[in-house]
Amino acid sequence: MVYQRINSNRKIKMSFLELQNITKIYPNGTKAVNETSLNIDNGEFVVFVGPSGCGKSTLLRMIAGLEDITNGEISLDGNVINNIDPSERDVAMVFQNYALYPHMSVFNNMAYGLKNRGISKEEINNKVNDVAKLLEIDQLLTRKPSMLSGGQRQRVAMGRAIVRNPKIFLFDEPLSNLDAKLRNQMRLEIKRLQRQMGVTSIFVTHDQTEAMTLGDRIVVINNGVVEQVGTPKEIYSKPYTKFVAEFIGSPQMNLFNCKIENGIAHIADMRINLNNSANIDDASLGIRPDDILISDNGQHTCVANLVEYLGSDMIIYSKIGDQEFSCKLSSKINLNAGDTFKFDISNTLVHLFDNTNGSRV
Amino acid sequence: MKKVQFKSNYSQYFFLAPQLLILLIFLYWPIIQTFKDAFTMQDAFGFGSQFAGFDNFLFIFSDPSYFTAFKFTIIYSFVITFITGSIGLLLAVQANKVMHGKSAYKTLLIWPYAIAPAVVGVMANYFFSERYGLLHHLFNNLWGFNWYENVFDAYIYVIIAGSWKQISANFIFFLAGLQAIQKTVIEASIIDCKSNIRRFWTITFPLLMPTTFFLIIINITYAFFDTFGIIDTTTIGAPGSETKTLVYKAYIDGFKGLDLGSAGAQSIMMMIIVLVITIFQFRYIEGKIHYN
Repeated sequence: MVYQRINSNRKIKMSFLELQNITKIYPNGTKAVNETSLNIDNGEFVVFVGPSGCGKSTLLRMIAGLEDITNGEISLDGNVINNIDPSERDVAMVFQNYALYPHMSVFNNMAYGLKNRGISKEEINNKVNDVAKLLEIDQLLTRKPSMLSGGQRQRVAMGRAIVRNPKIFLFDEPLSNLDAKLRNQMRLEIKRLQRQMGVTSIFVTHDQTEAMTLGDRIVVINNGVVEQVGTPKEIYSKPYTKFVAEFIGSPQMNLFNCKIENGIAHIADMRINLNNSANIDDASLGIRPDDILISDNGQHTCVANLVEYLGSDMIIYSKIGDQEFSCKLSSKINLNAGDTFKFDISNTLVHLFDNTNGSRV
Repeated sequence: MKKVQFKSNYSQYFFLAPQLLILLIFLYWPIIQTFKDAFTMQDAFGFGSQFAGFDNFLFIFSDPSYFTAFKFTIIYSFVITFITGSIGLLLAVQANKVMHGKSAYKTLLIWPYAIAPAVVGVMANYFFSERYGLLHHLFNNLWGFNWYENVFDAYIYVIIAGSWKQISANFIFFLAGLQAIQKTVIEASIIDCKSNIRRFWTITFPLLMPTTFFLIIINITYAFFDTFGIIDTTTIGAPGSETKTLVYKAYIDGFKGLDLGSAGAQSIMMMIIVLVITIFQFRYIEGKIHYN
């Protein structure tokens, strides 16, 4: 796979968390994760992103120890942890539905993991109080989870993880139960806290915006296979597969089915010179909606079928032949549904994929 | 929501009548009759009765056999509650862990619940029969088991007979309770706590509290009232009156001894006990153990 090529270029050194050929097959035969290898450095914030059911949560749960590993090896800080009890892996997890202990006060929720590790009462008090102050939940310590709002519960769940001071934080879609405003706020806060504490973190989400904003590196997963690993910028500007191209970026990248002859793409009656000598019968030519350059002296002409006004931007839906596409442009331009517009597609901004295997050309 | 108002034209009473009639005949009339009996002294042959005030109550309070029954009922209900609760919980926790054939275990463990107490009693009879009873022989070899004469042995007999069927009820409610616990809460505790046993007592068991208290009430009520058939088909109260529950004693005194006044007074005492338990349940427990 493509990602292995980039990994092999990295300097050879001991990574903090290493996944080697991890495979998960459920008893019913479903292959949730297939031969996945990944190296994560100390202090890194890595986001696993992919559609639901792609195996990203399973992978996270295998790192936590909540799921058996069918094949492969996971090592954390130099030790193989495959057969180590979840409580002794020194990992902390934040769950999607917070998973707070409903019968315990906020204080006891945070202290529970410490108590079971035989830490003295005084030290527990200090630690919990410090973390509660950090997260601004020190007023809530005596309350039960049922008396807290969604955002507060989220903070307690984070506090429970932070207070343990683990080697690695695992976040399993922790923001998806919050409303949009709170989600943005918590997202920033998680990022800030992670920077501040420098603890290695893995964050699982299906939301590409969360992935782009949070991650130092993003791991795009589809059907149990890692499609691409890279910084948000790399992933956005150079998607290695058609899947990544479609999954990352909003609005979605336009992908035109086309035929490439001697470096010229044929999309219906439109011709785009790719400035290479490729010959592909079944290809996809991708261009992001905001990379389509609209100008009065553009080469191509289309009719705007639908215009979506988004405030500062607007999105135009149009067709080339029978293939729909969209372009995003400043709403200052005066364009209404039914109008024709002229545009250019620069060959430096397009992404070309071979449809037979979905990989980048 | 919009309330629908029907014009009153008495038709609703017509439709309610069958249900009301059933309640009237089988619930309210017997209650009234019981009160009447409790405060009157009947002629044993049914020829007449006269108002007796609290005499029937004074009589049962001065009757040592009433206190024997009272003591036995209390012990019986506590022991049955404890035994059925703990075995039911143990089975539920184990069945909840099973991955394959879960529903088979569940079905098999629920079956005894469908058996009538009297039938359970008859089956227990076989186990404790002097001639061919397996348990009789086992216990007899261990310490000379003889429930005809030994009170403790008779207790064992009726407790085993009474518990068996009720374990199923406890099992199914505990299993439902376990399955209602959020999976991620258990997973969070797996990361927080290594010891299975400690995790059970600090997380799972407290979260089962609503179920536990519900079952305590159910088990006590069962031991009080539904074990009638079991007592009647096993020890019949022997030795002496040592294994008579309050219900069984009321029945014997009323229908065998033909002292309806005493039986009525005993029924009212039982009603008061149930009332106290129910009030206790609602006041002190219901409010405290619901988390959400």
